[in-house]
Amino acid sequence: MLQGYAVIGLMLITAIVMGSVLLLLGRLVRPSRPTPAKLQPYESGIPDVNPPRARYTPRFYVVAMLFVIFDIEAIFLYPWAVSFVPLGAYGYVAAIVFLSILLAGLLYEWKKGALEWV
Amino acid sequence: MNWAAFLSNYIFAFIVLNVMLGLMAYMTYFERKVLAAMQDRVGPKRTGPFGLLQPIADGIKLLAKEDIVPKNADRLVFLVAPLLSFVLAPLSAAVIPFGGTVTVFGQEVNLYVADINVAVLYVLALGGMGVYGIILGGYASANRYSLLGALRSAAQVISYEIVLGLSLVGVFILSGTLSLVQILEAQQQPLSFGGVQVPNWYILSQPLGFVLFLIAAVAETNRAPFDLPEAESELIGGFHTEYSGFRFSFFFLAEYINMIAVSLLAATLFLGGTDGPIADGVWWLAAKAALFLFFYIWLRTTLPRFRYDQLMGLAWKVLLPLALINIALTGLIRLWGLGLL
Repeated sequence: MLQGYAVIGLMLITAIVMGSVLLLLGRLVRPSRPTPAKLQPYESGIPDVNPPRARYTPRFYVVAMLFVIFDIEAIFLYPWAVSFVPLGAYGYVAAIVFLSILLAGLLYEWKKGALEWV
Repeated sequence: MNWAAFLSNYIFAFIVLNVMLGLMAYMTYFERKVLAAMQDRVGPKRTGPFGLLQPIADGIKLLAKEDIVPKNADRLVFLVAPLLSFVLAPLSAAVIPFGGTVTVFGQEVNLYVADINVAVLYVLALGGMGVYGIILGGYASANRYSLLGALRSAAQVISYEIVLGLSLVGVFILSGTLSLVQILEAQQQPLSFGGVQVPNWYILSQPLGFVLFLIAAVAETNRAPFDLPEAESELIGGFHTEYSGFRFSFFFLAEYINMIAVSLLAATLFLGGTDGPIADGVWWLAAKAALFLFFYIWLRTTLPRFRYDQLMGLAWKVLLPLALINIALTGLIRLWGLGLL
């Protein structure tokens, strides 16, 4: 088991080395002639006037919070699913209670408009 | 530690890495040919016989292109982000079983890189990690389009990640394991209904889970019709607007490698992987994965792009409740099947 992770770690290092080598190889052949106009942020040919890191809607934060709740739900369901047979009917009822509480939460968020984008 | 086994596993890992890169190159060729055929064109045919050298020519061209770093960009993050995307993408192939065990030069070689007991969780975690490359690249570019594309991508991937994760719970209920090697073994035992042999592929027992997984997987890899992060009509290039040359191609490589990895995963989880009616082997896995890759391209030529609110609405209001229903139903039927009800 631990050996499996070690092989994956080594694979990760190999991938990093391969990627870096490709980028360094490119440095030997590619031109580098920066001009002020080339280094402007792309703005469809119009001079850029607004600050580069623009403000954006807080809905993205709401989605991130919802994600945390439901991803943890999924993680809690995995051990139950794997030991479904030993846990039997009792485990199933417990999981359904857990699911219904989260489903109620989802319905509440839905009703409150947290899932509406516009 | 068994060093001989470790070395053979690592050599196999190295082969898998390189095969994934080679496949990715020819995936672009395959995509262009299929797109062309569906649009009544010929596609690439000038470079080499049948245009087969086209991916190599593209690679060389990208390698020789100038690498522009915009002046407002966060330089270090801007340079590292594509590498992050590229490095994480092929790692999910590490847990895909390409077959059982073969003997090469008197040494037992496993046709998978690693059989870890949380293989599916590991693949999902890598999918989540892949967002970092996109969001860091988009943020570091200091360009409004890039930032918006990156945020959209992050929100989309995390929303569909939940659907992806929950759609698989049914499979775990049936197989009782998260290891892909054991999930494959469970599917290789055919079921018998009154003397009729039926393959125990999970697409048959988990049809709803399979459809949910397929939709979520297309959204997770940012492909059409869910390719809003790079919607060229409104966001130019999305998160990779400011990237050029080989760094741009790293994002491109990562997207295609992710497609291949997801196709392999879908084939292993739902279609019995290397299991086939005759002569089990890696060719069955390849054929099933090719089916999914063709499906990806088919979707791209057929469906228009979603609107962003529709995209998020689909994940949270349709797919998530369906995934929960699928879990409850699968559990109920399994209990009945075990005679515990």
